[in-house]
Amino acid sequence: MPLRSDIKRVLVIGSGPIVIGQAAEFDYAGTQACKALKNYGLEVILINSNPATIMTDKAMADKIYIEPLTLEVIRRIILMEKPDSILSTLGGQTGLTLSMQLAKEGFLDAHGVKLLGANLETIEKAEDRQAFKDMMREIGEPCIPSEVVVTVEDAVRFAATIGYPVIVRPAFTLGGTGGGIAANQQELEEIATHGIRLSPISQILVEKGIAGWKEIEFEVMRDAKGNVITVCSMENFDPVGIHTGDSIVVAPCQTLSDKEFQMLRTSALKIISALKVEGGCNCQFALNPENFNYAVIEVNPRVSRSSALASKATGYPIAKVASQIAIGFSLDEIINEVTGTTTACFEPALDYIVVKFPRWPFDKFVYAKRTLGTQMKATGEIMSIGSSFEHAMMKAIRSIELGMETLTVEKLVEASDEDIMKMLADSDDERSFVVYEAIKRGVALDTIFAITKIDKWFLDKLRHLAVMEKDLATLGLTEERIRVAREIGFLDKTIEELSGEKIQEDPKTYASFKMVDTCAGEFAAQTPYFYSTRDKENEAALFIEEHPSGKERILVLGSGPIRIGQGIEFDYCSVHCAWALREKGYEAIFINNNPETVSTDFDTSDRLYFEPLTKEDVRSVVETEKPIGAIVQFGGQTAIKLTRYLEEMGVPVLGTSPANIDAAEDREVFDQLLETCNIRRPQGETVYTTTEAVEVAERLGFPVLLRPSYVLGGQNMIIAYEREDVVEYMDIITAVELENPVLIDKYLMGKEVEVDAISDGESYLIPGIMEHIERAGVHSGDSISVYPPQTLDQRTKDTIIDYTGRLVKALDIVGMVNIQYVIYEDEVYVIEVNPRSSRTVPYISKVTDIPMVNIATKMMLGDKLADLGYAPGLYPEGDYVAVKVPVFSFSKLQDVDTQLGPEMKSTGEVLGVAKTFADALYKGLVASGRSMERSGGVLLTVKDRDKEAIVEIGRQFHEMGFVIYGTVGTALILNENNIPTKVVRRLAESKPNIGDLIESGKLNYVISTSSKGRMPHHDDVRMRRKCVETSIALLTSLDTAQALLDCLKSNRTMAEIELVDIKDIR
Amino acid sequence: MSYYKRDKRAWLVLSDGSVFEGYNFGCEGTTIGEIVFTTGMTGYQEVLTDPSYYGQIVLQTYPLIGNYGINSDDMESERSWINGYITKEWCEEPSNFRNTHNINEFMIEQDKIGIWDVDTRAITRVIREHGTMNGAITTEDIETTKEALMEKIHAFKVVNPVQAVTRKNKGWYYSQVNRANHVALIDYGYKHNILRMLLRLGCNVTVMPANTTIEEIRMLNPDGIMLSNGPGDPAENIEIIENLKDFVKYGKPIFGICLGHQLLALAMGGETFKLKYGHRGMNQPVKDVTRDRVFITSQNHGYAVVPESIPAEVGKVTHFNLNDGTCEGVEYPDIHAFTVQFHPEASAGPNDTGYLFEQFTDLMERGQQGCL
Repeated sequence: MPLRSDIKRVLVIGSGPIVIGQAAEFDYAGTQACKALKNYGLEVILINSNPATIMTDKAMADKIYIEPLTLEVIRRIILMEKPDSILSTLGGQTGLTLSMQLAKEGFLDAHGVKLLGANLETIEKAEDRQAFKDMMREIGEPCIPSEVVVTVEDAVRFAATIGYPVIVRPAFTLGGTGGGIAANQQELEEIATHGIRLSPISQILVEKGIAGWKEIEFEVMRDAKGNVITVCSMENFDPVGIHTGDSIVVAPCQTLSDKEFQMLRTSALKIISALKVEGGCNCQFALNPENFNYAVIEVNPRVSRSSALASKATGYPIAKVASQIAIGFSLDEIINEVTGTTTACFEPALDYIVVKFPRWPFDKFVYAKRTLGTQMKATGEIMSIGSSFEHAMMKAIRSIELGMETLTVEKLVEASDEDIMKMLADSDDERSFVVYEAIKRGVALDTIFAITKIDKWFLDKLRHLAVMEKDLATLGLTEERIRVAREIGFLDKTIEELSGEKIQEDPKTYASFKMVDTCAGEFAAQTPYFYSTRDKENEAALFIEEHPSGKERILVLGSGPIRIGQGIEFDYCSVHCAWALREKGYEAIFINNNPETVSTDFDTSDRLYFEPLTKEDVRSVVETEKPIGAIVQFGGQTAIKLTRYLEEMGVPVLGTSPANIDAAEDREVFDQLLETCNIRRPQGETVYTTTEAVEVAERLGFPVLLRPSYVLGGQNMIIAYEREDVVEYMDIITAVELENPVLIDKYLMGKEVEVDAISDGESYLIPGIMEHIERAGVHSGDSISVYPPQTLDQRTKDTIIDYTGRLVKALDIVGMVNIQYVIYEDEVYVIEVNPRSSRTVPYISKVTDIPMVNIATKMMLGDKLADLGYAPGLYPEGDYVAVKVPVFSFSKLQDVDTQLGPEMKSTGEVLGVAKTFADALYKGLVASGRSMERSGGVLLTVKDRDKEAIVEIGRQFHEMGFVIYGTVGTALILNENNIPTKVVRRLAESKPNIGDLIESGKLNYVISTSSKGRMPHHDDVRMRRKCVETSIALLTSLDTAQALLDCLKSNRTMAEIELVDIKDIR
Repeated sequence: MSYYKRDKRAWLVLSDGSVFEGYNFGCEGTTIGEIVFTTGMTGYQEVLTDPSYYGQIVLQTYPLIGNYGINSDDMESERSWINGYITKEWCEEPSNFRNTHNINEFMIEQDKIGIWDVDTRAITRVIREHGTMNGAITTEDIETTKEALMEKIHAFKVVNPVQAVTRKNKGWYYSQVNRANHVALIDYGYKHNILRMLLRLGCNVTVMPANTTIEEIRMLNPDGIMLSNGPGDPAENIEIIENLKDFVKYGKPIFGICLGHQLLALAMGGETFKLKYGHRGMNQPVKDVTRDRVFITSQNHGYAVVPESIPAEVGKVTHFNLNDGTCEGVEYPDIHAFTVQFHPEASAGPNDTGYLFEQFTDLMERGQQGCL
């Protein structure tokens, strides 16, 4: 079956902002889909609210709407653009749910739009718990005893019949939001209440706990002819019960005999055939480790995080093939691009092992509950490829960037045996390290298995690493030990540190590289996709020899796993950098380890090395590739950190020099530089101890801002209003080893402004100035950012342009720089200078139509601004206003305070684009998930400093007709100002109190600010958490509240606001 | 060293003279064979005990072998027939509920020599580029023995493999769910799962030695004849091919797998040829022309039928390999016979083509009812 003739115009729905459970993997999938569709000459109409994506790039689609992903907006786009079909399976759960709703309400049929990838029946069967169970029964596939219920009473009744523990899974929620394991009736009541509320159809599944069973996944493909294949099998290190997104996962399965493997494989094929999916599908199984019993846990009839992982693990492009199937091709008609001679209708054979390791945000949210369960908590993940589990695991540990080189965690080394045994029972983010520590202490593997149910095969492998670590430390180096240690993934640096000896070797040897080729070497392949091993044959070197291009090679360092503060934006930048290098006639050599991204698609660069981003790992790539230079500006702090090492290796860092990169980050050098530029910054000093900190803070005057130097995303940054805050902070920060000092700055409560500038070393271009809605003190990544600025006068703008010029020249910036300013009492101060690309680059590139990364890359290669056709200075503002609104994942993380502050908390962002600021903001807020109700109830509870300002806000709500509630202090001042406010008791006080009010459903908005935060037991924090759990719009900055009020008062609705094709705005 | 037995060196020598140094597992000594690689990621026990690997030194491209140990159920014959085993790594502490002992112990029990910790991917690439070649694994010091060894490697040839692996006497097996089909399974080195599949489908099975004659078949009076898989160059089996020429006139349904497929093609006037490096693994896509479907199959063969060589009036190609277009199945409508190159009995590998066994039992049932 070739391309269907009835398909000409396809609407592709993206997945929206990055949230926990739905990350960059859908940009990867969406980008592959768009490319595939366009490749067949189809017109592609794209909608995605996330501007930091490659898929929303000009070249990716014919029409691109960066608009809120709501039914209303999509209906309008369908009416305007008249697509003949809609691709539902590549935009994550968001895209699938929206497509399903449109199909269900008959809108698609009414407008002649076909659903591609999965039809309505398929989606319903897979997504509706009961329908799914019924289908499984029909085809004779076992499910876990479970029942779909809509009330807590029914949940309890059913649990009584199957016995505890039970697992609660709410229907239609992302990443299992609101689910959990209940050990008894009380817990069940709590979880069920929560789950029913969060499920859009108020439905939960209560199922029998099958703790200890193995969790196995299959990625399956099917075409319209009925051809079915499995692309990849995956086995979770952790047994059933921990969300697969939070599990260490290996591919292929390791502990299953062929009989067990084929049993599950056959089941997966049976399921996808029964569902009649046309494309990709993910099947999750629980397998009893004691016999052949298994149960189907879940099926996702769409491209998913697991399919992205499977694609990268095997080299098989699932999303691309799924798109081709969706438009009519059969698997045997699609060419396997890896070999070029065989088809996509085969099952990849691996000759390596892949380990996926999650990256959790607990380093950032120190008070978050770290227990892992059915609710995914990881923001990102890394993948590593090795010739053994040990090898891949060691690479994984380096790739997650927690500063570890082995599985040894210092604080666990110090823990007592008793504590370690206790911790073994906790399924949290550190469990693998606790297991390792227990093994090192000689705890029997059987004992560890009994507690953790982690298969003994994995435990035995960890034991090998533990034994090697110990042997290196106690027995010293032999040629053999060095060889084996390297083979199982120890870095030379680690070997030398553990043994205290130098490796004597002449000449020094480096890792060699093997190809990922989908076929275990059976066929000659052309994939420029490599991983390191310690084998002698270096296929990458052979590949380079066999494919002489005559081009010089440039290394691009990626940004590693997605985490708060270092998200998809950096991948966007890295990809554009690689493209620019190729455009300029260089070979782009990529090193990265994030399986969710476009950058790790092997056709993005000339050669991809899937490796940890450490000095030594990069060194081996350098030895093979011999690049003429490296680019670090686009890989976030991950890449910047490697600058110094690249220089040591003799690899020139292109663009801004390493010395100047250091100058921007080194406090004292930077201060001097500002002085010579005659630019002011908030006063500040560097300290190492608590005493020093208190002294400095008192000298500067409160409030002060505290942060460690060398940070990204405002990690561990706070505003201290009094002495106690400083002490609390310093005690926490000095608890871990303090390599870099702590910076204390006078905190200026002004307007924050940000610019990204591009410079060729002589002239510079500022594509745009961005103004933040929230005053300084809210991290720039968490602020609503507006382009062009709406409240800056010309004088201020001129000052900013001038200062930017001075800084660019002083730092001799070549390439990109991001500068943050605060405007306080009409004075412009510099807050920080980042000599690299920033998270605003993708959105500014899109709204100004300046390909910023492309230009910056070319400048690093020697092009001048004038040659590229741009005039220096500030680029003229366009007719449209763009508002970037942050998106948070608070509902997935328990005990995290939602109060915004200097430490970044958002996981993603959306963009609103319109002709006026008000409309753009309105769109942005809608896109970020705000429901924009114009009547109802609002609860105000603010700290003393905000009491004055809350009056105005209260008045506006009152005038709109909102019922106003307030805690004692806030209510008092509001009532004094003639704003009728009902007083609510605090959480700690007697019932009914604020908690009951929140649960009553009477509230539409809560505005809460407090001077104390973070600690989960704080009254305010608990109250805010309750809002998150009940999905009430919560605002923690009065500036955000005012912006929201402006929107509400405008009386505009989405229906009145023009939808904008981003390609038309310039 | 701390894990696995790294105390004994071993060398792999290829007929082109290249040498790979690794460690020994299983037994010590020297073994010579034809080196082939298999790409399956599970099913090593089935590989070790599949008689089709007779005379071969098998390389596993998947690096981690032995993870789930050895068990008593997954034997595809009574013993291992390989001449040697090459892995990247083997697992000393397997983990699986059926595991009884580890692969090293099994190799010792089976008197097999293995080498591990060699660059299996590099060796695979050599074989892919140069084609299947002879080689040796030795634990004797390579410096002093290489010259003599090279001579032996060049001289090595697998001789009469079918005669070596076939059973010498009949064996009777009765199904628990008897539908009263009686199958004569001709043992050219059959994998036990062929028998299990037939039994599961309600057939009673008589396993017959490779050289069974038509007279013996007549005495047995089966409802159908199953030609099994087996090792070696099909064309060498002159006597068997002659017997098959009689079988086809017998009028009962015939189902051939792998070597059985090749032998029947030869009996029907077709030809076979040696593939450069064979198909060994469980991810081979095969197109079923009549169903217009592709199935993922388990394969293990070094020879193939020349599709054009099958006279059009006797048979037609029903399956071909999607990767390289080679012949994967032939149907001979007049004699109620069909054969496939791949392994529908799987084990190890996907069960996707198990329907062929049902096709066979259906044919036999129609035969019983006189409706062929």
